[in-house]
Amino acid sequence: MAFITANWNPLGDAFYRQIELYDMGWSLRDGLKDCMVAAAPYGGPIVLLEWQSQRPSPSARPQLEIYSSSGVSMASFPWKSGPVRQLGWTVCDDLLAIQEDGTVLIYDLFGTFKRHFSMGNEVVQNQVLEAKVFHSPYGTGVAIVTGASRFTLAMNIDDLKLRRLPEVPGLQGAPSCWAVLTQDRQTKVLLANGADLYILDNTSCTPVTPPGLSPQACSIINMAVSFSYKYLALFTDSGHLWMGSTNLKDKLSEVETKVRSAPKQMVWSRRPKSQQPSVVLMWDRLLLVAGVCKETIQYTLDEECVCVAELDGVRIVGASRHEMLQEVPSACEDIFKIASMAPGALLLEAHKEYEKCSQKADEYLREIKEQSVLGEAVKQCVEAAGYEHEPETQKTLLRAASFGKCFLSNFPPEPFVSMCRDLRVLNSVRDYSVGIPLTHTQYKQMTVQVLIDRLVYRKLYPLAIEICRYLKTPEYQGVSRVLKHWACCKVQQKEEPDESIARAVSVKLGEAAGISYSEIAARAYECGRTELAIKLLEFEPRSGEQVPLLLKMKRSQLGLSKAIESGDTDLVYTVVTYLKNEMNRGDFFMTLRNQPVALSLYRQFCKHQEQETLKDLFNQDDDHHELGNFYVRASYKESKLEARLSLLQSAVDEYNKAKNEFAAKATEEEMKLLRFQRRLDEEKGEALLGLSLHDTLHALLSANYHKQAEQLYRDFRVPDKRYWWLKLTALAEKEDWDELEKFAKSKKSPIGYLPFVEVCVKRHNKYEAKKYVSKVTPEQKVKAHLAIGDLEGAAEAAIERRSEGEISTVLARCSPTTDRALLERLNRARSTAAKK
Amino acid sequence: MAHSVRRDAPELPDFSLLKRLARDQLIYLLEQLPGKKDLFIEADLMSPLDRIANVTTLKEHEVDKLYKVEHKSIVSTSDQLCFLIRPRIQTVKWICDVVNADKAVGKFRRYKVIFCPQKFYACETLLEEQGIIGDVTTDEWSFYLLPLDDDIISLELPEFFRDNFLEGDQRWVRTAGSALHLLHSLYGPFSKVYGIGRCSKMAYESWREQVKEGEQRVRQADIGNVFLIDRDVDLVTPLCSQVVYEGLVDDIFRIKCGCVEFGPDVTSSDKSMKVMLNSQDKVFNEIRNEHFSQVFGFLSQKARNLQTAYDKRSGMDIKQMKTFVSEELKGLKKEHRLLSLHIGASESMMKKKTKQDFQEMLKTEHSLLEGFEIRECISFIEEHINRQASMVESMRLLCLLSLTENGLLPKDYRSLKAQYLQSYGVDHLLTFSNLKQLGLLVEQQPGETLTVMESRVGKLVNDKTAGKLTDAFSSLAKKSNFRALSRRLNLVPKSDEEYDLRVPRDMAYIFSGAYIPLSCKLIEQVLERDGWTGLEEVTRMINGHEFAVTAGSNGSDPRGRSDAQRIILVMFLGGCTYSEISALRFLGKEKGYKFVVVTTAITNSARVLESMLDNHA
Repeated sequence: MAFITANWNPLGDAFYRQIELYDMGWSLRDGLKDCMVAAAPYGGPIVLLEWQSQRPSPSARPQLEIYSSSGVSMASFPWKSGPVRQLGWTVCDDLLAIQEDGTVLIYDLFGTFKRHFSMGNEVVQNQVLEAKVFHSPYGTGVAIVTGASRFTLAMNIDDLKLRRLPEVPGLQGAPSCWAVLTQDRQTKVLLANGADLYILDNTSCTPVTPPGLSPQACSIINMAVSFSYKYLALFTDSGHLWMGSTNLKDKLSEVETKVRSAPKQMVWSRRPKSQQPSVVLMWDRLLLVAGVCKETIQYTLDEECVCVAELDGVRIVGASRHEMLQEVPSACEDIFKIASMAPGALLLEAHKEYEKCSQKADEYLREIKEQSVLGEAVKQCVEAAGYEHEPETQKTLLRAASFGKCFLSNFPPEPFVSMCRDLRVLNSVRDYSVGIPLTHTQYKQMTVQVLIDRLVYRKLYPLAIEICRYLKTPEYQGVSRVLKHWACCKVQQKEEPDESIARAVSVKLGEAAGISYSEIAARAYECGRTELAIKLLEFEPRSGEQVPLLLKMKRSQLGLSKAIESGDTDLVYTVVTYLKNEMNRGDFFMTLRNQPVALSLYRQFCKHQEQETLKDLFNQDDDHHELGNFYVRASYKESKLEARLSLLQSAVDEYNKAKNEFAAKATEEEMKLLRFQRRLDEEKGEALLGLSLHDTLHALLSANYHKQAEQLYRDFRVPDKRYWWLKLTALAEKEDWDELEKFAKSKKSPIGYLPFVEVCVKRHNKYEAKKYVSKVTPEQKVKAHLAIGDLEGAAEAAIERRSEGEISTVLARCSPTTDRALLERLNRARSTAAKK
Repeated sequence: MAHSVRRDAPELPDFSLLKRLARDQLIYLLEQLPGKKDLFIEADLMSPLDRIANVTTLKEHEVDKLYKVEHKSIVSTSDQLCFLIRPRIQTVKWICDVVNADKAVGKFRRYKVIFCPQKFYACETLLEEQGIIGDVTTDEWSFYLLPLDDDIISLELPEFFRDNFLEGDQRWVRTAGSALHLLHSLYGPFSKVYGIGRCSKMAYESWREQVKEGEQRVRQADIGNVFLIDRDVDLVTPLCSQVVYEGLVDDIFRIKCGCVEFGPDVTSSDKSMKVMLNSQDKVFNEIRNEHFSQVFGFLSQKARNLQTAYDKRSGMDIKQMKTFVSEELKGLKKEHRLLSLHIGASESMMKKKTKQDFQEMLKTEHSLLEGFEIRECISFIEEHINRQASMVESMRLLCLLSLTENGLLPKDYRSLKAQYLQSYGVDHLLTFSNLKQLGLLVEQQPGETLTVMESRVGKLVNDKTAGKLTDAFSSLAKKSNFRALSRRLNLVPKSDEEYDLRVPRDMAYIFSGAYIPLSCKLIEQVLERDGWTGLEEVTRMINGHEFAVTAGSNGSDPRGRSDAQRIILVMFLGGCTYSEISALRFLGKEKGYKFVVVTTAITNSARVLESMLDNHA
């Protein structure tokens, strides 16, 4: 296996290696020469656009071509818009084309135009001189510098907020070089104007000096910021490369390259836990890797290339080849370095011997075990497998690990298993036809979810589903999501008839969990396929989800019934409001009439908001009873009597129409009462208006208006009983005992005379009470006597009536001080009554 | 004195978690508006809020001043206003006025409206119509459930009853569904759900939908079974006078959010006093479920015990005295204080309730329930109205009469109504219209002929989608069938036997042995039969919509934890009374269940009927 190290080059105490990713599948006429190239990180797509200025005739359209990382063509179309300054990719694989006039066009992976936005009005005049696309935790951003030497930033193109940065003193035209930094949740621009270095943030432009920059330099001509925005590299016209941190506080190293011309590209190459970070500089024919250790590696390039910074290395894309240049991870170095005695290396050797059926295997194994580093060895092999690109090498390492594991009793299986799974996924997406050359490190950083998204975006649905199933991703986030995207794509196929698409979608999606048919339908509707959308909505089990789209498609009636079905009143109300604005009043009411739920909801709303509409609603329904109620309710809010009466008259009319004689009569009487009360108020100055009949009578009787009370009593046919009660209480309250006595004698009381006794007692007038005891009916005699506290009388009455219950009641009221004889008589009477 | 416990009763889950969740969310919402702010609180949210977060907590989160929403112009000087309101149109309208008034005088403030427990589209539309949607930020405080006690949880939505059953406005159904969902995710998964009533069914469906949408966690269930019941399934029970201590306190003093204010006549001082009534109150806990006639005896026994405990002091040496003072005295003092309060309350109630007319009222009620001497009852009611005794009481008796008699005879209906209007004012015409719509007070229909309205409803019911939701009209078609139900379910025990209230033999004790509440009887029967089989006749008379669903395979093992299976969540949609809760507690002790009562609000006859009034809407 010596050949594994064949492309390793030492740099300081570490090694750098080139891994060949693909032989490019494209056939380019002029290679990458005269092309504007932009490749997305994480093995993303590559876009090429011929330099327009070099075209002989301006009328000829340059071709824009999009390729996968393996050079498989994904889209190609002639560029018809204005001259492009910069191309770039967003974090979700959309293409950005920044034009000279500051317009940014967004295309998808397949060259379909999505939208555009502008970098501000000022740019239109001054033109964009240079532009950069950058990625930050907030998303993808765009930075430009205009002809007026002003910088404008857009932090996140999905939430566009333009920020114009302050002026840079003494800057004419474009700076010699610049870069965008993201630090402490702030985005800044670092720029060099000759030898001067400035940091430009929202509010100020601060000159800075990197510590220990060699003094020979009189101009900084290129700069590079690392993938993590932590490190900065500056290249000066004296051929010095300065490396340090982006906060310009620490210097890592300075290397003299002996090349004085400006490099075409300069990129950091680091990896997590890097031992020997380096900067890769590219000139026309030369690629130089300059390490912090001040050593360099030189490669000659035989074709035009482009460097793409990655999380753990640099990809070098050429016309014929696509390579990855990275520092050899320590696990790989330990295992494959020549004459390595690392545990992993020994285990690999042991396994090799074991496959050859040689007893040497045992020797190696023993050696590892003696040092008791077998666990370490297995771990190393598993880890190294992740860093290897060739499946054969991966397999060899994993087999060795598996072999070593047999001799360990408690080695946790998870790392091994998950590495096998990850590699299987990675190998399948690295495949030439897919063309996503992800490393294991990048994959872990990016997460499976994002990978699935990217596959879906590339319309590689079967592969995405396979991966989801293989990784046992929960359906909701995995298979279902992919299927939904597939369906959204499917409904856009214009040539297929609605029927077959709907069927295909429903067959494939079936009962998959968490599928939202309404989203798919919405997509169909966006493509102008309303019928298809309605068909798809039928599959949506949650009726609530169907409603918004149905409204959008102007199927409001259907929307209303669906909303009602969902039981969500908010939805119903949404539809009702929509209908109200959309339909004329008559139709609107008719629609509501057929939907009682919506109707009562709307009524509730009207009650608080639009009283008049409520009336119209009842009118429309010929609901005279409710109309009557409506007028009655309105009458109570009215303070003027005339208005009140006229409202009540309307109520009477409505009640009559509703054949509700009772209500009509009651309302009429109320009007009569109101008029009566007003008259009396005017004549006597009583405040009667609004009282109930009962209260009016009471007020009259209390105020000694007996004549008027009599009149009311007759006019309103007040039942005798009520009138007697009323008069009785009113007189008693006034303690008008003479009048009370007269009243009692006026005719036979319809409520008996016990109440007379009781009201007197209540007023603590036993003397008056006694007057009425004799008039009380025999059944109530006992009660009457007891009420005035006449025990003996009560006893007499009870004994006379021979009622056991009543005797007991009297007995219960007796106290120890009661006359003995009386008690005995009562007891005797009770026993005789009981016998009977 | 407590009833003997038949089996080991399972422990109730800890519902204080609900409070903590609500508080944390409220704090989070308040912090969304950093800096000092004035907080305006909807009047009926004040008490529930007080149970969740006290003033100190609010002040800690930079609430400067607290105001009650009073629908008047405001006097706040703060430049940040926060409104904590129910999603009601009137309140939102008021906020619009406040904001627009500020705008008119060029005052700039920040406004935040927190809707509790959720916002409605209508409210947002209103903000939009008034052109202030851009000026305010809105949020939802999903405070659905307030635990009032160990076994009572309330949604504190008294308007549920009127909105849903009278106005046919189903906006709160989803809220009920969400509340159920919350309980399910915290204390579920429920393995069996029973229910009766249209609203229950809808709440159940709304809940299922929310379960489907969310992700599920597998956990051990704390609550196994759920019973949902609509208030309009049984309207008789809440209209009866309550005679169990807790119910009686509610009827007379009105318990608000688990707290009652005793006036000077109870506290025997010149101040009134707010008292929390829950199981923490040892004295109250022992008498709350007792028939009122038993309470006095119990309290005096208790007083004697207390005295003995105090008396222990006399024979003590210094050391014993020291331990007594440090350990027991505080407890005794507290008990003493509570005891004197409850004795005061009992006395005050005694004064009111032992009066003759109350006894006669109870007698009338019992006769109505039994269907006995109806004419006497009618004349009693008539006299009650004619003497202009309490307006609500008169109405209560009228409704009871109508419910138990399946409507009033046309002649009685008219004359009683006319007399009622004379006594209490003609505006009650609207009240009667409401009562009729709800089926609380109706005229007997001659024969079996369908009225126009009923046939209209019938038509709608045949139409599937409409039929599902014609709540407002269904009550018209519905007859109470009380008499038949009572016979079939044995709701009224035979009156010839003496009922010993000290040793209750069934749930009827909560009404002095005169009536077993229909709602609780249904629950008992369904649990006994594990479903509705054998009750077909009953459900037909109640007008159906019953259901019983066993959860799918997701419940790991339905009989896995028998404890959870014996904890039953009963959800009353439209409110329940303390008497019903007492009855369920009794049933639980008899059968070895524990009931957790979830209700849209605690109700009683006065609250039910007051919600029907329309004259000051």
